[in-house]
Amino acid sequence: MKNNTQRRKERIDRGIKVRTDGLYALMSIRELSYLALPRLILIIGLLLLPLLMPGMYWQRVITITCIYALLALSFDFLAHYVGLVSLGGAFFVGVGGYMAAIMNTTLGLPPWATVPLAALAGGGVCTLLLLPCLPLRGVYFAIVSLMYPLFVARVIEALDILGGTDGITGIDSFTNRWVEQYFIIVILLLLLFGVRRLVNTDIGLVLRGVKDNDQAIRASGMNVTMYKAMAVYIASAMGCLGGACLVHIYMWSGISQFALDFSILPIAATVIGGGGTLVGPVLGCLILVPISELLRDFGTLRIVFYALILVAFIIFRSEGIMVYGQRKYQQFERWTRI
Amino acid sequence: MKPDIKSAMKQDTGEEPILRIDKISKAFGGIQALNGVSFEVHKGEILGIIGPNGSGKTTIVNCITGFIKKTSGHVYFRGMDISDKPPHKIADMGITRTFQIMRPYYTLPAYKNLVIPLFSPRAKRTGGWRGGGRLGDRNTVSIDILEEIGFERDSYVPYKTASTLPTGYLKRLELARCLALKPEIIICDEVFSGLSMSEIASMVPLIERLQMEGITLIMIEHRLRELFRVANRIMVLNFGEKLTEGSSGEVMADERVKAAYFGSQKVEEVMKHA
Repeated sequence: MKNNTQRRKERIDRGIKVRTDGLYALMSIRELSYLALPRLILIIGLLLLPLLMPGMYWQRVITITCIYALLALSFDFLAHYVGLVSLGGAFFVGVGGYMAAIMNTTLGLPPWATVPLAALAGGGVCTLLLLPCLPLRGVYFAIVSLMYPLFVARVIEALDILGGTDGITGIDSFTNRWVEQYFIIVILLLLLFGVRRLVNTDIGLVLRGVKDNDQAIRASGMNVTMYKAMAVYIASAMGCLGGACLVHIYMWSGISQFALDFSILPIAATVIGGGGTLVGPVLGCLILVPISELLRDFGTLRIVFYALILVAFIIFRSEGIMVYGQRKYQQFERWTRI
Repeated sequence: MKPDIKSAMKQDTGEEPILRIDKISKAFGGIQALNGVSFEVHKGEILGIIGPNGSGKTTIVNCITGFIKKTSGHVYFRGMDISDKPPHKIADMGITRTFQIMRPYYTLPAYKNLVIPLFSPRAKRTGGWRGGGRLGDRNTVSIDILEEIGFERDSYVPYKTASTLPTGYLKRLELARCLALKPEIIICDEVFSGLSMSEIASMVPLIERLQMEGITLIMIEHRLRELFRVANRIMVLNFGEKLTEGSSGEVMADERVKAAYFGSQKVEEVMKHA
């Protein structure tokens, strides 16, 4: 019979009771492991990554990837949970980097002190400088935040301050490369889960409210600018932390820390990984940065291939890997006979 | 003859009005949206503001709540000048408003929409509606408020994302957001518009209950029949100026009000035929 051979695809939700997003009713070890598995893969995978790398060069690539991942995380947090599309990633890296460099060279503080101090103080500086732009929304904030890194880099160049075009040299490195790698990986993991927790608290709800509509936040008696400033402080402190680590890795701080790579690549990673998932951008960086290194063999054609990969992603998986992956993980498909 | 509600209120309470608007003017470029409008609101009353389209009703709400800067004039809340305060400070004092175009947090579930106002400094200080804000769990409190405002507790409705809710629920959500702050005054900007007759029918008792709780309401409405049922006093605006003020009967008997709503020519025609 012909009819017997006809089949169709059946989609079935996995058996887990979900009352509302972020709130699970776990009934068994199986359901618990179902939730814990992806998280454990991420944590253990990231921790094992330096050990699996073939040499110094690729270990360094992983470290840089993690710094980009911090930036991507901060971009995703600002863009999808506060509604501020920030192109100021390079600004955060630059401010954090120069701060760590100055603290290390003039005050003689070791890296374990400069990195957190540069993150906290740098976040403050970035927030203060961005404060006048906070009433702006959407693409207007993006344009203004793009101007900041360009502006600071030209000021340093023109006035020949902070080492001018030569930059600041003679900065201490981390004690060894294992400390360097695991320090950044552990910080990335802590911040990733920290930010995820933050966006689900009541403060995080207010921030999401600011994104959805800030007028209602005002009508509820809350100061929108204050909440935006708080979010920008968190995001810029993450960026500054990355910048400070970068300076200690390269043992040099220069204008190239304000390069637009630090603004653009995190956005590309967010698009690929899936915006609003927070893990997605980290995953996006883990894909994009190594690919960009692999493509160095092609010389000047590198950018062409890089662009092609990006375009392919946007056309075929515009929702992002994580959004797609989550959907596939929570539903499974099977063929059934009709 | 009907008693003069305004003077009756004054005699009853013997205190100054809770909200006094003194000669507010607002110009958008060359357009005079409001021109020297003054009125008073007394504690516990419901003041209805009506007027044709473009007469400045919503502008007056925006001016009182600080969402737009007025060109001139003053607003006094319990004798205190709040003219130059930012909107969040005014809301913090207890003057809340709904928006004519509903502004829920579309990506959040309905009950999470209320967690946000319950998190505000005012709700933390005053305890929010029925003191729930002081309790730890804002999620439960917000579902209590939603039930009171007409969301069915045992259904899935309070957990639905706001973007999927129908207009009737969104209007209630707007009111619930005000209630969560434990307000002194609620300014309702067209809460009845866009609702079906049955939805309005269930909304009217809700408004009456709020008044009994001691909340002062200013209602901007186009649905006159329902407004006249709940409002103690009506003010009529036309082209940014106050036309008249009084009980619903007095206001509707006014020739100028008829002219503003139906056009002066038409009224003359009608009068001729009559």
